[in-house]
Amino acid sequence: MRKPETVAESVSQPVSPSSGQGSDHGITAPLTVPVEPVSEVRRFLLARGNSALADRSFSALMMTCAISIFAIVVLIATELVSQSQLSWSKVGFKFFYKFNVDPTTNLPLFWDPVNGDFYALPFLYGTLVSSLVALLIAVPLAIGVAIFLTEMSPRFLRGPLSFVTELLAAIPSVVYGLWAIFVLVPLLREHVNPVFISIFNNPTSVKLFGWTGLVGDDGLFGGVNLGLGLLASGVILAIMILPIIASLTREVMSAVPHSQREAALALGATRWEMIRIAVLRNARIGIVGSIILGLGRALGETMAVAMVIGNAAEIHRSLLSTGHSMASVIANEFSEATSDMHRSALIEIGLALFLVTILVNGLARLLVWAVTRGTPARVS
Amino acid sequence: MGVGIEVTNLNAWYGANHTLQDINLPIPANHATALIGPSGCGKSTFVRCLNRMHETNPIARVTGSVRIGDMDIYADASPVEIRRRVGMVFQRPNPFPTMSIYDNVASGLKLNGYSNRRALDEIVERSLRNAALWDEVKDDLKKKSGASLSGGQQQRMCIARALAVDPEVLLMDEPASALDPVSTSKIEDLIFQLKTQYTIVIVTHNMQQAARVAEKTGFFLNGRMVEFDSTHKIFTNPSDKRTEDYITGRFG
Repeated sequence: MRKPETVAESVSQPVSPSSGQGSDHGITAPLTVPVEPVSEVRRFLLARGNSALADRSFSALMMTCAISIFAIVVLIATELVSQSQLSWSKVGFKFFYKFNVDPTTNLPLFWDPVNGDFYALPFLYGTLVSSLVALLIAVPLAIGVAIFLTEMSPRFLRGPLSFVTELLAAIPSVVYGLWAIFVLVPLLREHVNPVFISIFNNPTSVKLFGWTGLVGDDGLFGGVNLGLGLLASGVILAIMILPIIASLTREVMSAVPHSQREAALALGATRWEMIRIAVLRNARIGIVGSIILGLGRALGETMAVAMVIGNAAEIHRSLLSTGHSMASVIANEFSEATSDMHRSALIEIGLALFLVTILVNGLARLLVWAVTRGTPARVS
Repeated sequence: MGVGIEVTNLNAWYGANHTLQDINLPIPANHATALIGPSGCGKSTFVRCLNRMHETNPIARVTGSVRIGDMDIYADASPVEIRRRVGMVFQRPNPFPTMSIYDNVASGLKLNGYSNRRALDEIVERSLRNAALWDEVKDDLKKKSGASLSGGQQQRMCIARALAVDPEVLLMDEPASALDPVSTSKIEDLIFQLKTQYTIVIVTHNMQQAARVAEKTGFFLNGRMVEFDSTHKIFTNPSDKRTEDYITGRFG
């Protein structure tokens, strides 16, 4: 390392030995030129040394932060696994698909703490279906909001609108649940569901589409119209994840450089075509990422779902039927779980929820990889 | 004041791509040295090896030695330490958009903890004067963002930012290629003045520019240095046929 003193020495040493090589190329200028004493700034900078320790300790610190994430995940997973041992050792993998048949009603019986039946399929079903409904509603809506905010909104609307969108994310989920019970559920029961029922269950659609199994009394909108149920929880989840997806999508879309928009417009693209080839295409990975985040929230959401899904451990094709979700059954029953088996089964559901989230994340990433494979990656 | 650079057997890779092969080159102190050659010939990689910027790319690799003054930058020093001594100006101006002009110029010193307010004022003024920008920005030094300047002004501000830490070497990677002719000629004038105080290495696509500002010129082709000599000799009487073909516009 060079110190100020050595610089002072080189002042009195006009030509450094290595300049001899330079003359091979006809260079007359010496490699080290006599210099005036180093400036104060240079002296200051040289005194700072090589800062290698600073760089090393910074990366060690950041590494610790990163490792702590892994440590937390591992701790949670091991705890869930060890606490659910009882249930696992008793029924094993059957936990996820087996059921008993109720001798009096002849209906499948999945979850009956009194008789000691603990099988988790209805919770898996309820969680996945309500989250899927939520995505189907929220994703188009959120992308629309984001497109409007970044591409079309007049300047004066942009601030208030994105503020309100983000405000939605700040409302506690129990408040969403209350609102759903008093407003959303009656609204669905009185005004929305009848429309779907009249479309899906009228004789013409049954005749035309009966083979799909999606229409009629056994279809997506068959059964009793309670208002509560899978559809209601899907809608409330959609409202809850909308701000997450919309604000992240808006963020990645506004990060697309203006020059990309100009490139598309200059080719004669309409506004929508420009958005499609220049904005959505460039932002697609970020958009999928935001959808995954929203989905994660939907899968794990507990309170609002528990308040509107109906809390019945059953499986029906109809979206109007009541159901149960993995998170809400844990919240509802954990404090009352008296038997060890009940407790252990609930924890195994927790473990399953954890794994489902990881699996869904993995699948989504796989999807991104499959879609973008072979196409040029976005550089910046 | 600048110091000389001695490059010995420098090899560099991007992944499997051997972008620099056995470069040997003495760069004289307090002169401007130009590097010319067609796109992709390795000249940018070469200057990025002189402040260890090349290795910030995770797939990049370097072997060989580079001596700057009395320091072997790949053996004796940390990258941080080297970059405090070797300034760099990039192809596209890269001001810090959230900082004022003043803070942009002072950023190198401030991040090093230099806190003498009055000295800082002087250094900022001197750097901006050296970069021929002072008169244009002195009235809104702390009011305007560095990104609000025009392209040419931004580039001169980036030069001022590099000069503020009083570097011994100034690397310039096509500093004028994104600029209009007026700004370009200002930057060239600047290099002409700065080279009496700093060792300047400039990569350029513009052969007239090399001829105007540099005493020494190196011609790169396909990752090798074909010829290195006085600028006058390179442009009037090159020893290598390929150099002659290039400067007469027969390829590249």
